[in-house]
Amino acid sequence: MTETGDFAIEIEGLVTRFGRHVIHDGLSVAIRKGEVTSIVGGSGTGKSVLLNTIIGLNRQAAGTIRVLGRDTGRLNERQHRDLARRWGVLFQQGALFSSLTVAENVQVPLREYTDLPSDLIDEMTALKIAMAGLPADACSKYPSELSGGMRKRAGLARALALDPEILFLDEPTAGLDPIGAAEFDALIADLRSSLGLTVVMVTHDLDSLYAITDRIAVLVDRRVILGTLDEFERHPHPWIAAYFHGPRARAAKDD
Amino acid sequence: MMPEKKRGAVQMAVEARSVGESSVEISASNDEISVVATGAWTIETAASLRRALEAGLPDGSRAVIDLEAVERFDSTGAWLLLVLQRRLAADGVLSDIVGMSEEQATLFNRIAEIGDMDPAHPDESHPVIALLERTGKNIFAALQDGVELLNFLGIVTLASLRSLLQPRRIRLVPTISHIERVGIDSLPIVGLLAFLIGIVMAYQGADQLRRFGAEIFTVNLLGVSIFREMGVLMTAIVIAGRSGSAFAAQIGTMQVNQEVDAMRTLGLDPIDMLVLPRMTAMVIVLPLLTVYADIMAMTGGALMVIVALDIPLTQFLHRLNESVSLGTFWIGVVKAPVFGLLIALTGCREGLQVTGSAESVGTHTTRAVVISIFLVLVADALFSVLFSLFKI
Repeated sequence: MTETGDFAIEIEGLVTRFGRHVIHDGLSVAIRKGEVTSIVGGSGTGKSVLLNTIIGLNRQAAGTIRVLGRDTGRLNERQHRDLARRWGVLFQQGALFSSLTVAENVQVPLREYTDLPSDLIDEMTALKIAMAGLPADACSKYPSELSGGMRKRAGLARALALDPEILFLDEPTAGLDPIGAAEFDALIADLRSSLGLTVVMVTHDLDSLYAITDRIAVLVDRRVILGTLDEFERHPHPWIAAYFHGPRARAAKDD
Repeated sequence: MMPEKKRGAVQMAVEARSVGESSVEISASNDEISVVATGAWTIETAASLRRALEAGLPDGSRAVIDLEAVERFDSTGAWLLLVLQRRLAADGVLSDIVGMSEEQATLFNRIAEIGDMDPAHPDESHPVIALLERTGKNIFAALQDGVELLNFLGIVTLASLRSLLQPRRIRLVPTISHIERVGIDSLPIVGLLAFLIGIVMAYQGADQLRRFGAEIFTVNLLGVSIFREMGVLMTAIVIAGRSGSAFAAQIGTMQVNQEVDAMRTLGLDPIDMLVLPRMTAMVIVLPLLTVYADIMAMTGGALMVIVALDIPLTQFLHRLNESVSLGTFWIGVVKAPVFGLLIALTGCREGLQVTGSAESVGTHTTRAVVISIFLVLVADALFSVLFSLFKI
């Protein structure tokens, strides 16, 4: 493998701004393949903006983003679609299509992007729903009939539909009870190892951070500092020190 | 499969999009089936791999599936492999999988684990039965709906009486704000529509009556139909579309944001807070708008009569005075508060019935408009029967 082949996402000199408000200023980071990378940072530091910029929902003012070796700024619409099917995104509330059942939600990308026969689509749908840890009777339910945790699992099943190489998660455990959150963490770790996924997630959940994260990207001062947990333990930056030595961090670490 | 080919080699090469070639080669010799997979076994190639695998399998008692040459392998590929293995097992053939990399084995075992739980397919009932079931459900829901509307009317009546006994409970500021939004803000649209209806009716009436040389009776036609029916009906329909839907959407959105639940927890009655101000505003405003619509429609009609029939204004007014009594005017206006009540009740009730999702807001807003217009027309028909019974 070449050196760039080790990285799923490479960002260089990224600048994003809304009006005159600069969110990221010269942000550079490289995310390794096959690892779980968590993006953390205080409120308003642009964690979700960074995620949205990588997946193309938001356009950067300057800088390059390379996902799986392709420069997203230089792709035409068709190429972007081809690239987009190689990643899956789980939005914070699941973002399921409310007029479709769970099974139909999962089938949307399968029908849109593949020419699989319909019996194989049905089988793969059931498989992906089971893989996301939902019971079989959830297939025919509508999103409004599901609990928050089940909606996230259904969103995850849809994100996994096309066997993506990268999985983006926006606060996957927010709003879940601690048991549900721990199960979700275990699910992500399990999917990562069985499907060989690269996982990029925005999280506030210190437990997830300690449980499944390989590397952490901390957003401070409009840039990213990338490192492992051990490295951040001794980091001099005041926000990082406060984050990793706060009472909640200590509690999560003890588990 | 042809019998003579059974012992021969079956090869199916499969085109794959942008991933090179992938294929599955199935052959048999000495009672052993050999399956050699190559290339990409992924979602891109799954459709053609499936076709290749669905062809018949040769006979044998053992099978070896060789994945040595598989370059890419994802969960769809793993599923296809699992299906193949199950099919062989169903024929009583023991199969061995060889040449799997560690990652491929992890993925395959995971899929096999989930696949063993046998993810059930969503059960689909027969289309005819499903249709019957839907029809039954809808009829039942419609009946239920009528009962609930009566129930809601009861709740609101009780709340209104309570407010009258304890005037402290009356929310004056929201009521006035709704009077502005329902009444003043809709003046342009109601006025314009009434004016145009007046023109249309005068023109059509004059056209028909001219054949009998009775153009002058256009004024009678205009007076009676606008004051008795058209003025109030047009206003009610416009307001149902404009404000009835707005009520449902406003309250529905509050329902989605759990604002209504928050109100209840704070000890505030949503009926007092949300329904009564809207209902009061509607009952006050609709008669006023009706009078305004009557005037605008008559202006439109008069303009048409004066221009097209060459009848001077004085004669028009004289004729109108002869044909329309004050009673005709009151018959129209007296219906307005009832229509207003129906529109406000339907809008608010649909809003309160919203559950959870944003889609539900849309559904109930539509329902609010449809049901309120339906109820307005039913009430109008009842009024006609009532008036004819009393010979008004």
